[in-house]
Amino acid sequence: MKILTGNDLKTGAVTWWNGNGWSLFVDDAADAGEDAEAIIAREEAARRVNAPYAIDAERTEKGVRPAHIKDRIRGLGPTVRPDLTLKPEDPQAVREVI
Amino acid sequence: MYQYDQYDQAMVDARVEEFRDQCQRRIEGKLTEDQFKPLRLMNGLYLQLHAYMLRVAIPYGTLSGRQMRALAGIADKFDRKYGHFTTRQNIQYNWIKLEDAGDILADLAKVEMHAIQTSGNCIRNISSDHFAGAAADEVADPRPYAELLRQWSSFHPEFSYLPRKFKFAVIASETDRAAMRLHDIGIQILKNDAGELGAAFYVGGGMGRTPMIAPCIRQFVPLDQLITYSEACLRVYNRYGRRDNKYKARIKILVHELGAEEYTRQVEAEFAHLLEQGIEPPLAELARIRTYFEDPAFDVGAADEIDRSDPDFAVWVDRNTHPHKQAGYVSAVISLKPVGGIPGDATADQMRLMAELAEDYSFDECRVIHTQNIVLPHVRKADLFAVWQKLEAAGLGTPNLDQVGDIIACPGLDYCSLANARSIPVAQRISERFAANGKGDTLGELKLKISGCINACGHHHAGHIGILGVDKKGVENYQLLLGGSEAEDTSLGKITGPGFSEEGIVDAVETAADVYLAQRQDGERFLDTYRRIGMEPFKEALYG
Repeated sequence: MKILTGNDLKTGAVTWWNGNGWSLFVDDAADAGEDAEAIIAREEAARRVNAPYAIDAERTEKGVRPAHIKDRIRGLGPTVRPDLTLKPEDPQAVREVI
Repeated sequence: MYQYDQYDQAMVDARVEEFRDQCQRRIEGKLTEDQFKPLRLMNGLYLQLHAYMLRVAIPYGTLSGRQMRALAGIADKFDRKYGHFTTRQNIQYNWIKLEDAGDILADLAKVEMHAIQTSGNCIRNISSDHFAGAAADEVADPRPYAELLRQWSSFHPEFSYLPRKFKFAVIASETDRAAMRLHDIGIQILKNDAGELGAAFYVGGGMGRTPMIAPCIRQFVPLDQLITYSEACLRVYNRYGRRDNKYKARIKILVHELGAEEYTRQVEAEFAHLLEQGIEPPLAELARIRTYFEDPAFDVGAADEIDRSDPDFAVWVDRNTHPHKQAGYVSAVISLKPVGGIPGDATADQMRLMAELAEDYSFDECRVIHTQNIVLPHVRKADLFAVWQKLEAAGLGTPNLDQVGDIIACPGLDYCSLANARSIPVAQRISERFAANGKGDTLGELKLKISGCINACGHHHAGHIGILGVDKKGVENYQLLLGGSEAEDTSLGKITGPGFSEEGIVDAVETAADVYLAQRQDGERFLDTYRRIGMEPFKEALYG
C-alpha cells in the first residue's frame, strides 16, 4: 500500500494521512493509492501538513508497517527513549520497528 | 567570559523579532515551506524525524552558570526535559514546536545566546580547545581569537551564502584537543623564533564523505593580520568553490583540486590586496576582547594535594581531570557517557547541577567539549571531592574520559533525517559490553566514534576505532574503521572490510580490542599498537 506522511506545521509532530485528515498514529494510515500526489499537493497547500511524502507500507495483523526503518522509527519515536515513544507502555514496540 | 556590548545585544534582539515574524507568516501561510526553510535554517531550526530540532550556538563551548540554567529552562519549558550536547560544542533540542521558536530565541537572547549560523552555508560556531585559559601547555589563551573570529563572521554579508558550510577551530597549544586539522580552517596560535605570537593556518580539512587532513598553508600570520588572512582564505573559496554539486562544495575539495600550493598562491595574492584595503580591526579591539578572558581570581595559596583515600574518587581524578596552569587547580571533566547511556544527553536537572557546580567551584564557567562532555575549567583540588560526590549522586561521575566508554555518537537514525542507521544503540551496547566484561578498565585510552551516516557528525574517521552506519537494502549495517585520530597526530581511519550487523559490530569492536590487548607493548595505546602492527592482524581476527 502507498501511505502518506509528513509533519504538523505548528508542532512538527509526525502525522499520517488517514483518508480524511492527519493522524498521529501510523496504524491509522490509509492507502492513498494513485491519489497520493494529488492529496499531497492539496493538503500541503492548505497547510494541514508540512513536508509530506509518500511511502510504501504493508498492513499486517499488528497494524501498518512502513517499508523502511526510518519511517517505522518516525511512526513510533526514538528507539533509545521508549518513554518518549507513542507506546511507552509496550516494551515490544521498539523491537518491532527495527 | 565575553559579554555582549549594545551592538551584540541589539543584533540578536532584532533577529529574534525578525524570526518570530517569519514563523508567524509561515503558520499563516504567507510563506511556503520552500521560502521558509532557508530562513529557519539560518536560525538553527531543522525539521528532523520526530519534530523540529533547534541547534543553539555555544561559542567555543563556553557557558556561564546562568546560561546553562537557561538551557535547562528551555528543556523544561519547551522540550522534553533534556538536551543533546553536540560534537560542535553546541546543544540541540529534539522536540521543538514552530509556534514556540520565537519565545525560545527570546529566552536565549536574555542570556546572550542565539541559534544564528548553526545551519546553512555560512561560517558556523567557532570551536576551540575546551581547556583554553586553563591548560598548562598553551602559549596563549585561544578564546580571544575565537571571539574575534565570531564577531567578524557573524552576519558577514560576503560569507552568508558560501558554496557550503564552513567551520573554524582555534587552538593555542601543540596538543590538539579540538580536531583542528579536520576543520575547513584550523588556526594554531603559536610563537615564532622571536617570541612573537602569530597564527598557523591549516586550510581544507574535514570529515564527511571525503575526509581530508588540512595542509598548513602558512606557518605564521601576525596577529594583527588574522582577520585579513581569514578573509582572503574565504574569498578564494567563495569565488571558486563549487556550487554545482553540494558533495564537492566544501573548501577541502577546492584545496585538493587546485592543489595546496596553487590555493595558497591565490590566497596570498588576495591577502596582499586586502592588506591595502585596511580591513583588519584595530588591535585595540582584540585588546578589548582579551579583557573578558583574563584569569579569574585564583587562590594562589590553594593546596596542591588531593586526598585520594577514596578509591573510586581516585580513579575519577586520574581519568577525568586535566593539569591546570595554576598550582592547586585542575580542570574537571563531567562525563555525559554513563554506562549504557545516550552520549551527550543531559537532563534539565543535570544541567542545573552543572550550572551550580560551575558557579560554586569553577568561577561561574563551564565548557562543552566536542566529545560531548562538559568541563569545569578551574576547580580547586581541595574542592574536587565535593564536586565528585555531587556528580556521582546525579549520575554524572562516570570515570571514563578518553576510555572506550567515552564514545562520541551522533543522534543517528533515532532522531536525524539524514541518518542511515542508528548510532546511539550501538554506543550503548559497546559501553555496556566493556563495562560488564571488565576490559574497559584495562584498555586505557581508546577513542571510539560512531556516525549514523557518511556526513560524519560522529567523527568516525577520527576514531581510534570508528563505526559508520550504512543502509544495506533497508537494513542497518556498520562498517568498522581503525587508526583514526583527531589529535595533533591527525590520521584518518581505514575500513577493515565488510560491514557488520548491529549485534556483530559490538563483537567486532571487542575482537579489535582483544587484538590490541594481546599485541600491545609497554605504554602503547590502541592507536600506537595499530600503527605498529598494521591492519592485517585485526583483519585476520575479524574475518578469519
